[in-house]
Amino acid sequence: MGFLFDRNTWQEIFGSIGKNKTRTIITMIGVLWGIFVYIGLSGAAQGMDNGFEKVFKTVSMNSMFVWGQSTSKPYDGFKTGRQMQLKLDNVTELQNRIPEIQYIAPRITLGNFGSDPVYTVRGQKSGTYTINGDYPVYTKIATKKIFDGGRFINDEDIDQARKVCVIGERNLKELFEKDENPVGQYIRIGSVYFQVIGVHKMVQGVSFDNDSDIFIPFSTYRKLYNSGENIGYMCIAAYDDVDVVQVEKDVKSILRGIHRVDPEDERAFGSFNLGEMFGRISGFAKGLTFVSLIVGIATILAGVIGIGNILLISVKERTKELGIRRALGATPTEVKSQIILESVFLTVLSGIIGIILGAGVLSIINNMTKDIDFPYTNPTVPIPYVLGALAIMVILGTLIGLIPAQRAVSIKPIDALREE
Amino acid sequence: MIEIKDLHKSYKMGSNSLHVLKGINFTVKEGELVAIMGSSGSGKSTLLNILGMLDVADSGEYKLDGVPIKDLNETKAAKYRNKFLGFVFQSFNLINYKTALENVALPLYYQRIPRKERQEKALKYLEMVGLKEWSHHLPNELSGGQNQRVAVARAMASEPKVILADELTGALDSTTSYEVMELVQEINDQGNTILVVTHEDDIAHMCKRIVYLKDGVIIKDEKVKQVRASEYV
Repeated sequence: MGFLFDRNTWQEIFGSIGKNKTRTIITMIGVLWGIFVYIGLSGAAQGMDNGFEKVFKTVSMNSMFVWGQSTSKPYDGFKTGRQMQLKLDNVTELQNRIPEIQYIAPRITLGNFGSDPVYTVRGQKSGTYTINGDYPVYTKIATKKIFDGGRFINDEDIDQARKVCVIGERNLKELFEKDENPVGQYIRIGSVYFQVIGVHKMVQGVSFDNDSDIFIPFSTYRKLYNSGENIGYMCIAAYDDVDVVQVEKDVKSILRGIHRVDPEDERAFGSFNLGEMFGRISGFAKGLTFVSLIVGIATILAGVIGIGNILLISVKERTKELGIRRALGATPTEVKSQIILESVFLTVLSGIIGIILGAGVLSIINNMTKDIDFPYTNPTVPIPYVLGALAIMVILGTLIGLIPAQRAVSIKPIDALREE
Repeated sequence: MIEIKDLHKSYKMGSNSLHVLKGINFTVKEGELVAIMGSSGSGKSTLLNILGMLDVADSGEYKLDGVPIKDLNETKAAKYRNKFLGFVFQSFNLINYKTALENVALPLYYQRIPRKERQEKALKYLEMVGLKEWSHHLPNELSGGQNQRVAVARAMASEPKVILADELTGALDSTTSYEVMELVQEINDQGNTILVVTHEDDIAHMCKRIVYLKDGVIIKDEKVKQVRASEYV
């Protein structure tokens, strides 16, 4: 393999591929385009994947929701169509009976699911917003970013049923003056004044709440709206290594038991499983990566075949030259390795240019998508993929180079010399 | 230097077989300048190709500098060619995208001689053929006679045992032919063994010995009084 590092070898190769520059460049474009498409596509797929990841980051992936609906089967003396109402002690029971549950947060809401939003006033400004009664544990399932100087509801707020609230960015904009610090200020929600303790930041992506949601302590909500033990729905996060679909089934089956519902009644409790949805989306991203891999490699292959094709023509044109070389003492191995090396060199050089161009385009796309509302982040191609592509190109370049190389030595030097 | 015994060669053309060489016997000593003459179809080029290991004989013996040339495969033949032989062709056969210097240095490349040494040597031989100042010109920038002189320099560069020239003046006008022959004679005077295939009488008589070939056999092999090409120039 020493000849690979021999300056003379390369001089010979540059000499022969530099002879027909236009053709060499056009040939190279084939492979260049292939690797460019490969890098572009897999980078885009990776960016999509990263984008989804970022979107889901604010939410516990292995989580689900459950709420009461109405029964569809008569059972235990009850008639069909009975309205289900989740109670606060269901939460404790579920937590005790299902060890896979990491966090469970009961919530109650006004302004969602058909109920009217609440009229909220501050000074001359007002608006109608959704009000949530929450426990601090809620932030373990759906991360809430609170702006500097504020905080989310804590246990003491719950214990003392404090009249405090966390508002959203839109509430801030609509109820307060520009540049005004809302923390410590009071707003009137319905007929009661609440002190603002924090502003939650709206994050792009999957969020259970929007930027105008107001959070107040669950206990305060309960007192205010006289909701007793009732809860609206539960957010449940399972441990990471747990199958949340199974947890979902268990939760519903236990709830059916508690509320004396037919074990077969699927419609008494509604639920929504985020893990399943996430799995589907990340499956989509993975599929996209796979497709880009296939398309990219197929395009590279087409490009390499193009190089083989051109070399075959070039060998035919150079029959005489190769005859001269052999008359002067070039062994068949030397002739072959020169042609294979030409093939590999062209392939790898165009590959590297393609990689550089692809990386450039990815970085341009990255800059362009930075601020837009689209799940697309940091489009990169993992280094092993790039090296793998280069390795594939070396292998393909060698294999495809074998054809013209074999052809070059299949003609006897004497016949090659006669060729005009 | 060259010993040939009972060399036979026939070509198959479809179902017919064409017997080209019908038992050639001849020897060439070191320092000889031999012309092989004959009309077309006499087998002179075939003989030269066999001598040049570009073709293989069907039967017979061939010794070059005491080395029996037999059981040649392509690789072995290439190595022998590189080591023992220098070629000059009718159509020059220079590589057209290489400069004169690079063309002359090419056989040395296949001898794995380092680049610097290679170029020095090539330049030396270009100087010998009087083309030192043309060393960086491409073949298409040179005249036919100059090209053939580059080819002679290339044949000389690897310091071969024998130089084989196939109709080296065939593509040149007579003045240029004599110039090239003058060069050939000079090289021969330095003690190099040269075989020239030609069908031109005047060229043949510039050699020291003429071997006449007809229908695949040697009909005459005589020493001649060498005509110096310089007399014509």
